[in-house]
Amino acid sequence: MKSTLDVVAIKSDFPIFDVPMRGGKRLVFLDSGATSQKPIQVMDAERNFYSTQNAAVHRGSYYLAEIASEAYEGARESVAKFLQVKSEEIIFTKSATESLNLLAVSFERSSGRLGIKAGDEIVVSELEHHANLLPWQQLAKRTGAVLKWFEMNADGSLDLSRIDEVITSKCKVVAVTHQSNVLGSAPDIAPIIAAAHVVGAIFVLDGCQSVPHQPVDIKGLDIDFLTFSGHKALGPTGIGVLWGRSELLEQMEPFLYGGSMIETVTMTNATWAPSPKRFEAGVPNMAQAVGLAAALDYLSAVGLSNIHSWEMQLTEYALKGLQEIDGVSVVGPQGLANRGGVISFVIDKLHPHDVGQVMDQYGVAVRTGHHCAWPLIRKLGLTGTTRASFYLYNDLADVDVLLESVLGARDYFRKR
Amino acid sequence: MELDSLYQEVILDHYKKPHHKGLPTGEIQVHHVNPNCGDEITLSLAIRDGKVEDLVWDGVGCSISQASASIMSELVSGKSVADAQIALQEFTEMMQSKGKYQGKEEILEDAVALAGVSKFPARVKCALLGWMAFKDAAIQNGAEL
Repeated sequence: MKSTLDVVAIKSDFPIFDVPMRGGKRLVFLDSGATSQKPIQVMDAERNFYSTQNAAVHRGSYYLAEIASEAYEGARESVAKFLQVKSEEIIFTKSATESLNLLAVSFERSSGRLGIKAGDEIVVSELEHHANLLPWQQLAKRTGAVLKWFEMNADGSLDLSRIDEVITSKCKVVAVTHQSNVLGSAPDIAPIIAAAHVVGAIFVLDGCQSVPHQPVDIKGLDIDFLTFSGHKALGPTGIGVLWGRSELLEQMEPFLYGGSMIETVTMTNATWAPSPKRFEAGVPNMAQAVGLAAALDYLSAVGLSNIHSWEMQLTEYALKGLQEIDGVSVVGPQGLANRGGVISFVIDKLHPHDVGQVMDQYGVAVRTGHHCAWPLIRKLGLTGTTRASFYLYNDLADVDVLLESVLGARDYFRKR
Repeated sequence: MELDSLYQEVILDHYKKPHHKGLPTGEIQVHHVNPNCGDEITLSLAIRDGKVEDLVWDGVGCSISQASASIMSELVSGKSVADAQIALQEFTEMMQSKGKYQGKEEILEDAVALAGVSKFPARVKCALLGWMAFKDAAIQNGAEL
């Protein structure tokens, strides 16, 4: 199997891979679904901002403030270019979690098409990460709206057989993930988006597991909002992105109140700046935005299509290896169709924490447990899974160590 | 292997054959979860003449949490509340020691096998789950812990 990427060169950009793990083992990092490692280019961009550009953006009349504002707005333009949208449609948040909470709270405060009130319906799916479930669940509780959801099939796809019963004329918002963070399955969202738009509902896409790993065509998908987190896309922590159609953003009430987001203020009243400023109260995470822009530049230089196809090669190799090990069951999609580079599995009747503990002895970093998607795990009748997730810096040797460590975990508990 | 200090034989024995595990029937049932891993335990007990009795628990979780609950239930059952409290304190101290304190065997009995867990910060909460459920249930049954 020939790599579509120069993984050796890529790996050398990530200093973390020089750090020895427990027992001196090399790091086999298979937890990019939780957070990605950072290339030196991203750290340099942050360091450069603090070293040469640091000042509060959009405030000072001095030279440095201008440079800082240019760097920050330049980062916004980079993100817009990456997603192929208008830069005024890019809102920087602290995380994808905050982006989704922003939407839920703003919809509660807004009126018209976007406003949520008692009797309205909000639709999610059983695949959702808690971050794309709880903001909507709690919004429904606060407003008296009804939360509905698409059920999950055993292969990690969504049951769309009763789509017209789930999405009705009462539906105001549909929020679904592009790819399950637990199973790697990519639900068939096209019919859901179409059904949402037929009834005039807003469609929100959780792109946390897709945007860092594959080209995402916002216009082609015909969605209304998209979020992803910087730290899963080689970027710093503390920076997330919310994209929304400008005509919708202009109708939305703010989420956080404070500096920068206003037009005029008196002691008793205030009016709001246009988007994106309306949604960026306070001095923003400037260095992190600049770092994220460097991360997206890095991903673009490698090529999202190349990254995706390499991850699928790794997934194919890992799936085959795992499926051949007696006692190992891959959970969710068994093949390569409609999935990304995330694999969940269970071994014998072992608890995933015990599995992960043994795998750690091999230097393997995997996620264990319910992966912040407890309803999905319950639906599968499990208490948790072990999850390996791939990114551009992984290679076939990483998969070999993964398989060796899985075998090691199985045998450690079998022989005793 | 470092792993063997964590997964001692006695731990795996309790994991495979947990003691006092069943359906809790007491009037006061406590339910504790470890939200990071999803481990859960339900536990009930009675306090008669100052002694811990009828301790029954049920739960799901990793070998460490299940074995620790089993060892704890074996240790405190039939003991006076005062002695159970001494064991609880000794165990908590051992768990918080980051591998530096092995615990007194005359107090903790089989539970000293869990000393190795304290070297793995992510697993300490697993080991403490059953013990914290016991503490809660004892207090709710009127014990002064």
